[in-house]
Amino acid sequence: MLDDSDRRLLRQLQADPTQPVAQLAEAARLPLATCYRRLERLQSTGVLRGQSHAIHWPALGYTVEVSLRITLDKTDPRAFDAFLAAARGVPEVTEIQTFLGRVDVRLAVIARSMPHYQEIYRDRILTLPHIADIEALMQVAKIKDQPTLPL
Amino acid sequence: MTDLDATDHALLRLLQTDATLPASELGRRVGLSQPAAWRRVRRLADAGVLGRRRLHLDLEKLGFGVTVFLGVKLATKGRVSLEDFERAVSAIPEVQTVEHVLGLYDYRLRVVARDLSDFERVLRRRIMTLPGAGEVEANVLLSEERRPGPLL
Repeated sequence: MLDDSDRRLLRQLQADPTQPVAQLAEAARLPLATCYRRLERLQSTGVLRGQSHAIHWPALGYTVEVSLRITLDKTDPRAFDAFLAAARGVPEVTEIQTFLGRVDVRLAVIARSMPHYQEIYRDRILTLPHIADIEALMQVAKIKDQPTLPL
Repeated sequence: MTDLDATDHALLRLLQTDATLPASELGRRVGLSQPAAWRRVRRLADAGVLGRRRLHLDLEKLGFGVTVFLGVKLATKGRVSLEDFERAVSAIPEVQTVEHVLGLYDYRLRVVARDLSDFERVLRRRIMTLPGAGEVEANVLLSEERRPGPLL
């Protein structure tokens, strides 16, 4: 189980995952050796699963991002699996999420321009199997993007 | 920055899965010396291609069992109300992302909660009471995968 020191450590780490352990220990008010030990334990118990870099696609010319909210034709029991497998084959799809709710699946799709988006939408998205309904939300701005947990 | 070659793409693919790989290891995997790999990563970072580092935590082990995506429509519009709404919604700790969108909804929010009753508390006490908040649609996240995107 996690105690307050673990939570403090994770809060500090979330705020800046790149900081050296010495700085982290000081911020979390823990002795350095304890900090190392706790980090190791958080890793070995699978709480801390690693770090990755997000790619900032606009810097590579992909300035359009659209959320496609898709309802599937669920009369076919293989609809979900077939749809997801095909969606994984579209390179411009950066995120795939499945839901319990009015929407079954959401795809995040990026494109270089609106004509490029239209091309992807027509040739690669509308041809995906088992789509019953599709709705698009076009991203205007990201106001907050902090995938941190309120620990 | 669009003049990336196949080696840059290979580096991006590696960093997308593990941001902690040292330049020596990155170099070894893409066939570059350690300094050459370091220079390339530095160039990608300077050009703003490498976005923020994401810490991967096991949400369930930390007691956050539910992630919900909310579509929110504003009841009243106008510049002032947008700003008020954005400021207030961004201040809620359980709200991880806020996107301004065009379409059926005005905003898309990602919300984490301990369980469904905790989510209900956040929704009723914090989201529904936001200035200008109108219709809200909730979809509970079942699974999520991030794809590498259009890399070579």
